Amino acid sequence: MVHLHEDKLKELEIKANKIRQSIIEMLLEAGSGHTAGPLGMADIFTAFYFHILNHDSKNPDWEERDRLILSNGHIVPVRYATMAYAGYFPLEELKTLRKLGTRLQGHPEREKLPGVESTSGPLGSGLGQAAGIAYGARMDDKKFRTYCLLSDGEHDSGNIWESAMFAANNKLSNLTGVIDRNNIQIDGMTEDVMPLDSLRDKYEAFDWHVIDVDGHNIGEFVNAVEEAKAIHEKPTMIIAHTIPGKGIKEIEFDYLWHGKPPQKQEAEKFLKELRTLGGKIRSEHE
Amino acid sequence: MNQPVIYNVTQRTQGNMTNQDPKLSSKIFDEDIEKEPIRDGFGKGLVEAGERDPRVVALSADLTESTRTHWFKEKFPERYIEIGVAEQNLATVASGLANYGKIPFITSYAVFSPGRNNEQIRTTISLNNVPVKVVGAHAGISVGPDGATHQALEDIALMRVQPNMTVLVPCDSEEAQKATIAAAQHDGPVYIRLAREKTPKFTTQETSFEIGKAQIFFTPQEDVAIKAGIIACGPLLHNALMAAKAFEYGGIGVEVMNLSTIKPIDKKAIVAFAKKVGAVVTVEEHQVAGGMGSAVAEVLSGEYPVPMEFVGVQDMFGQSGTPEELIEHYGMGSSSIQKAVEKVIKRMG
Repeated sequence: MVHLHEDKLKELEIKANKIRQSIIEMLLEAGSGHTAGPLGMADIFTAFYFHILNHDSKNPDWEERDRLILSNGHIVPVRYATMAYAGYFPLEELKTLRKLGTRLQGHPEREKLPGVESTSGPLGSGLGQAAGIAYGARMDDKKFRTYCLLSDGEHDSGNIWESAMFAANNKLSNLTGVIDRNNIQIDGMTEDVMPLDSLRDKYEAFDWHVIDVDGHNIGEFVNAVEEAKAIHEKPTMIIAHTIPGKGIKEIEFDYLWHGKPPQKQEAEKFLKELRTLGGKIRSEHE
Repeated sequence: MNQPVIYNVTQRTQGNMTNQDPKLSSKIFDEDIEKEPIRDGFGKGLVEAGERDPRVVALSADLTESTRTHWFKEKFPERYIEIGVAEQNLATVASGLANYGKIPFITSYAVFSPGRNNEQIRTTISLNNVPVKVVGAHAGISVGPDGATHQALEDIALMRVQPNMTVLVPCDSEEAQKATIAAAQHDGPVYIRLAREKTPKFTTQETSFEIGKAQIFFTPQEDVAIKAGIIACGPLLHNALMAAKAFEYGGIGVEVMNLSTIKPIDKKAIVAFAKKVGAVVTVEEHQVAGGMGSAVAEVLSGEYPVPMEFVGVQDMFGQSGTPEELIEHYGMGSSSIQKAVEKVIKRMG
């Protein structure tokens, strides 16, 4: 089951790399924010905005659009960067992240920036909102799909499991969740802070369809989303196994990079690493 | 005041330029006045709101009948959503429904919603600015025998500090019905506070209701000089009216205002009221800290300071008892209101 042509895959991978660069630039400029999570989700955001979602960047409130709810609002730099590349607003605006008067708040706000769909940051609240949208859509026989991106750490929160029960009970097959399973949270590794495994067993016990994927394999991820569309009796949870800080060796797997931005010299080094694909090619910036 | 009198409110207020006739029940001061729980008014209003607008949906957290949401459920089963004992999810699912385009009413006891799910209401409803209507039933000490765990005494405070949130505290079932319909039509988040017990139904179908508008419900007869005013909300407003009537017999004029919208607060009416009455007593079934009285004090201290007394719960939790016992025990009964009025008049010198 291959849904993406090789050329399209290549194009998406290049796009994801550009988005990672923008994330480093934004965080450096902002001087605060989260680094590991946004880098880890760059491939999935690229897949959503440049292949999966039915959306229109020039008409963000289009009624029939697919909804993408970001539950773990702290990784919003990756959403902002991806939205800018997708044409929602000028790339230049990314530099305003976290600054007074910006539309790009430290955590996303629905009323500030068209297209972010919902206000989030306090963890555990996204799945319920996505379930509410999916429920409302089904009442009106709308065909759009609702996606909810979640972190693994926020599964410590009870609200998530309340929502998981609700979505399954109502057989919300128009709802697909995606867990960024990167195994880190602020205080350390998820399995040390509050063990979550097996997330698959937990969601299956809650009567969800569950798919495990490599969160950096865009082709595999797109296949999982297509599989979810074919499941009509229950909602689907895609557990996307990702590497926090993916693309920058020094950040990868290091939970200390969860909640801090790079300093200037670090940022230069990281950007070089991304631009040269880890030293494999020469960068035009050299 | 034990002597019931037929009192023609309409006649009394005619010709008074400052006040609209509130068209209250002619039996307002009678012992056999009709009583109905405020929550029943909500239940009826919700059905009516549902009839008027197909976008209205109702969510329940395992308390469908006691919040009186079951009438809506019977009439519109396809627009009724059971959430179970999960108030955080109650708020977040409603946020999603409203974000999509529905007008959700979320119903539970006030201790749980907006109590337990306060942060979800803050982030996903108020900050998100989506038109969810939070309905807190069984609010106040008059919940009675269930005890402190179920007596919400802080919900007005919790809700009025959230930007974008409108806060409504209806005084009887009739006003609750109108407030519910108005909330459905209001484009934004709303909190409606409901009480459990049967209480006097002293407003009528003709009594107007508008979000953000305070109303004078009692003005003493012209030959009785006004010494003070009472601002009240919720069912205790009736106790306040009884107290004012008793004062009138004693030759002391006390005007009474119904402040059923705590937010946005009717500054203009409150300041005009303070100017007229000179001293104010607030009456509410809520902690004095952060409640309706505090909201009035915030207005008056900035615009027109007058002596104030606050009738409400004084930084305590409730306990089991009958509603009447508890209202007396925690200092919110008619005698407490009278004492507060006497005290505030004394402070005027």
